Amino acid sequence: MRDSFYYFFRKTYNKIMLLLIFLLSLLATLPFFYIAYFVFQKGFSAINWDFFTKIPSGPGIAGGGLANGILGSAVMVGMACLAGLPWGVFLGVFLSEYRFHPLSKLLRFVVDLSVSTPSIVIGIFIYSLLVSFFGFSAYAGAMALMLILIPIIGKSAEEILKMVPNHIREAGLALGLPRWKVILQILIPGTVAMLFSGVILSIARIAGETAPLLFTSLGNQFFSKSLNEPTASLPVQIYEFSKSGFPDLEAMAWGGAFLLISFVFFINFSTRLLIFIRKPSYKNEF
Amino acid sequence: MKNLHCQLSSLKSDVHFKDQLFSFIVKSLAFLFISLFFSMAVIIFFKAWPAFKEFGFSFFTNSVWDSWKQEFGALALIYGTLLSSLLALLIAVPVSIALALFLNEIAPRWLSVSLGFIVEMLAAIPSIVYGLWGLFILAPFLREHVQPFLSLHFGGLPLFSGPYYGIGMMCAGLILAIMIIPTISSLCKEVFRAVPHANKEAVLSLGTTRWEMFKVAILKGGMSGIIGAIVLGFGRAFGETMAVTMVIGNKVGLSSSLFAPSQTMASVLATQYAEADTRLHLASLTAAGFTLFIVSLLFNSLSILFLWKMKKNIKT
Amino acid sequence: MSFKKGKMKQKTLIEVKALSAWFKKSQALSNINLLIEKNKVTAIIGPSGCGKSTFIRCLNRLHEEVEGAYLKGEVILEGKNIYDLGSDPVLIRRNIGMVFQKPNPFPGMSIYDNVAIGLKLSGIKKRSLLDERVERSLRNAALWKEVKDHLSRSGQSLSGGQQQRLCIARALAVNPSVMLMDEPTSALEPISTAWIEELIQKLKNQVTVVFVTHNMQQAARVSDRIAFFLNGELVEFNKTSWFFTKPKHSKSEDYITGRF
Repeated sequence: MRDSFYYFFRKTYNKIMLLLIFLLSLLATLPFFYIAYFVFQKGFSAINWDFFTKIPSGPGIAGGGLANGILGSAVMVGMACLAGLPWGVFLGVFLSEYRFHPLSKLLRFVVDLSVSTPSIVIGIFIYSLLVSFFGFSAYAGAMALMLILIPIIGKSAEEILKMVPNHIREAGLALGLPRWKVILQILIPGTVAMLFSGVILSIARIAGETAPLLFTSLGNQFFSKSLNEPTASLPVQIYEFSKSGFPDLEAMAWGGAFLLISFVFFINFSTRLLIFIRKPSYKNEF
Repeated sequence: MKNLHCQLSSLKSDVHFKDQLFSFIVKSLAFLFISLFFSMAVIIFFKAWPAFKEFGFSFFTNSVWDSWKQEFGALALIYGTLLSSLLALLIAVPVSIALALFLNEIAPRWLSVSLGFIVEMLAAIPSIVYGLWGLFILAPFLREHVQPFLSLHFGGLPLFSGPYYGIGMMCAGLILAIMIIPTISSLCKEVFRAVPHANKEAVLSLGTTRWEMFKVAILKGGMSGIIGAIVLGFGRAFGETMAVTMVIGNKVGLSSSLFAPSQTMASVLATQYAEADTRLHLASLTAAGFTLFIVSLLFNSLSILFLWKMKKNIKT
Repeated sequence: MSFKKGKMKQKTLIEVKALSAWFKKSQALSNINLLIEKNKVTAIIGPSGCGKSTFIRCLNRLHEEVEGAYLKGEVILEGKNIYDLGSDPVLIRRNIGMVFQKPNPFPGMSIYDNVAIGLKLSGIKKRSLLDERVERSLRNAALWKEVKDHLSRSGQSLSGGQQQRLCIARALAVNPSVMLMDEPTSALEPISTAWIEELIQKLKNQVTVVFVTHNMQQAARVSDRIAFFLNGELVEFNKTSWFFTKPKHSKSEDYITGRF
């Protein structure tokens, strides 16, 4: 009798816990809809032609857009990629293809650490290194973004290259290809679709970074005339406008958030699709 | 003919010049990155030195942060950072573990894939968007619906005392929780996936319920991985800047109430760094940044070691 | 080992002398001495873990690419020790083709490029010459008829057996004098296996084939010489027909009769 009661208790307890797990899981995904709904509802109406072509018009004045911020973001992200992309991929090559090198364990540790280093700290570093001597500039902003980009790309390149089974490398070596050609002509071209996905996912990540830009590129109400000047960026504009207290600027901030989130979702969605379609056959082996 | 002793490691065997050039480039880029990372700590420390020299150890024990009086102590910032991160963990850990269990063990494939996708999208939302949403949607919601209720019924507790504004510690903790759930749950998912199927079946064959199996085979077996995930989530919350800055109220103070505005090390940097006008103020801010950096290094190293240990355990 | 040495001399292509190999501390091969004759098919057989694969990987210096692996001894190919100080493993490997257990066309490369890559790296850029050599190699690998109309398709789109023939064509394209095959049919179904076996027979007019197999019937069908390895040692090296009819060693007999 007691046994069956205990069994009943266990079964009920099990059911309650499973239900709790289910409810908590739903709770975890709820914010997504909550956030996406409001960003869409409040941001979509701010998007129009002016939004992409005009600079901010100031509080109370109709019209205006975030053109300088969008351009500034594009320029700084572009510059960050210029150096950060090859550097990151080479770090991935080191971690995967020279994995027995004595430095490789240290590098993996440093890469893991720097991926999770608060981005504001990187802002301070660039401020101390560059801005305190040369002033706020697009270069400084791009440098900060680059430092965030490199380890992210490095990690993803490492994981992708490690998926290539070893006998592919050996087949290249057996053909008489030197190691650098095996890497550059077989491994990288063979995984290029996935490397590409990794790279643009990383770009999506740094495009929304705000903290490291606050005191490197600062911001600018106009278009910058050169890369040596303070430069506006989309995320910093969203931040500035959100605390301005003027409804029209706040609406502009929502527009910016809408743009940013659409960009990020689009990239995430399309790369996942790309990986899904172009899954290499050897992926199943692991 | 004499026997040649050929002891060649894979890296030394190349006699090709181009091969050596290539590996030289790869290695120097790696080395450059490592040294850049370490120089980060050195340079920030160097810039923070005037503050450490001026205030000594009291920088960490003084809770006054006042640019008028030129007196700077980071205690209140550290308190704000710790409290908001702990609050976030309190909410995020059970939710993340439940989510990881649900996605891995319970949900049918279609549901698991689509919920997993949504969680990944949550991770991809930029911090600034979370902040905007927190400031204009979540904070007013808290002010109008949640905090009056808490104040009315639990106002006697120090946690829920004092006036409420929406923005403040509670809002920051909630936003942080939402932001770190994807981090913790995706790591937990990896940990749980590594538990061998045979272990689960062995526990089930003892006549246990599903939940008991989860507890014994998965949660106990993956403990070191779960701890690693939690510590990493803590590190994330610790250094999160924009979202927190926008919703925490940015007022330095030691308050026990979750309704009160506060300030974290990251948020004080975001709000004051570009406008700091004295050397001491700038150095003190940099010192706060240095503290943030070192503490996050500690936590992240810890979590990386836990996760590496877990991966090693799986392999053997 | 106890061949009439004088007669063999001019026909010998590879001479393995006192070859021992290690992975870190564990020894994989000990003191192997072996003569591989030109234009013959030599099969390396033995139970798994006996060092067969390690042995043929020593013949093109792939062994040393594994972390912690090293070896001792000489492998003399066409009168030159490939382990001489200053000899370049990269150049040596161009003269020795290799086919692996799993078909492994290079990912993301077309059928044509897979075959042509070895030629391109040796400096051949002329399109007409490349076309000709690619066609010849694919014909030699008995794949030409199946793929000639879609050479630009991905190498990985082919079936397993076709992929393995593509890998053979890739190795043949650079005119190697030796072709090493590491259990080339173990991942294939019977029909493709028969194709590859037939191919090996045909290939021996152009190249010397050394292949590893765990399948004794296959060794009997395809090879001219058999080397039987056990626990990292060469137990017996003999003509195939003699090996199965009059094995010199009692362990060989045990293996043939399935007493392992």
